Amino acid sequence: MARVLINVPAKAARGHVIEIKTLISHPMETGYRPDHTGKLVPRDIINRFVCAYNGTEVFRADLHPAIAANPFISFYTVATESGVLTFTWTGDDGKSFVEKANITVA
Amino acid sequence: MAAASASEIPLKERKSGYDLMSRDTQAMQDDRASNPGTLWVLEGEAMWSQNAGAAGKSCAGCHGNARTSMKGVAARYPAYNAALHRPINLEQRINLCRTERQRATPFSYEGKELLALAAFVATQSRGRKIAPPADKRLAPFRDNGRDLFNLRQGQLNLSCAQCHNDNWGRKLSGAVIPQAHPTGYPLYRLEWQSLGSLQRRLRNCLIGMRAEPFEYGAPEYVALELYLMSRARGMRIETPAVRP
Repeated sequence: MARVLINVPAKAARGHVIEIKTLISHPMETGYRPDHTGKLVPRDIINRFVCAYNGTEVFRADLHPAIAANPFISFYTVATESGVLTFTWTGDDGKSFVEKANITVA
Repeated sequence: MAAASASEIPLKERKSGYDLMSRDTQAMQDDRASNPGTLWVLEGEAMWSQNAGAAGKSCAGCHGNARTSMKGVAARYPAYNAALHRPINLEQRINLCRTERQRATPFSYEGKELLALAAFVATQSRGRKIAPPADKRLAPFRDNGRDLFNLRQGQLNLSCAQCHNDNWGRKLSGAVIPQAHPTGYPLYRLEWQSLGSLQRRLRNCLIGMRAEPFEYGAPEYVALELYLMSRARGMRIETPAVRP
């Protein structure tokens, strides 16, 4: 179970820009690293991160092997309405980690 | 208190590795939301309340809320253990609780579980001053640690003191040499892409000097840690720190 840390303001004023910070534990194995026997450790990275705000995609990032382990992704969006922010990290194997955060917009 | 030996860094001139980092790395350490060590602290926090072992106990079962019960603990470790007649460090103390109180298998050194619990316990002392206990029984072990710090070792015949007392601030292979105060352990080292213990760092140094590293859990590491914490007395705990 990957550990995730999400930083979303619990409350925001309508129309204001908010900063969202995310941190997920993941080895982001590049596929270029040899192990102690000299064999290459197979690639295993998160290749896509998506944030949806009440179902509408507001941020998307494609990640490549150059991204370091435990990727930290922060971005801005406009607080439009109260609801749920859904964060999805997708790995090379197609499996996704999903986390949600609530936001109240006054 | 005056410095114990001539080559030791004067107390007023001591700097944490934090002060020698770039501002970006400092910002990463300061912001809990971006500090990768937080991921291990969260893991440790979850483990704190989980029952384990034949006794079916959790850390919380005996120690309650870590925010109060673990305050100041990391600042006064390594501590003398009367049953073992020697000092033990925080990881060893956690494993003792694990085997003796919870009656579970001990965690392996440098494993995710032990690092997570050590990070969670140590971060309860974040911001507090390192306060080595005034326990006379620790004196011979601390002296042993100081002797190890000053001992030339390995193919390169270097001692810890030569880099960390005499040449801190200068560069070694492009990296700035810190003063080697263990203020933020376990810490997230960017080079490791992971959280790691002080023992891992000491082993890196020994290998770098082309010396035979002691096994994990060796008393030499505890003696060194005891001396290093005494050398860093009064400096503030930064766990989980970030280092380049």
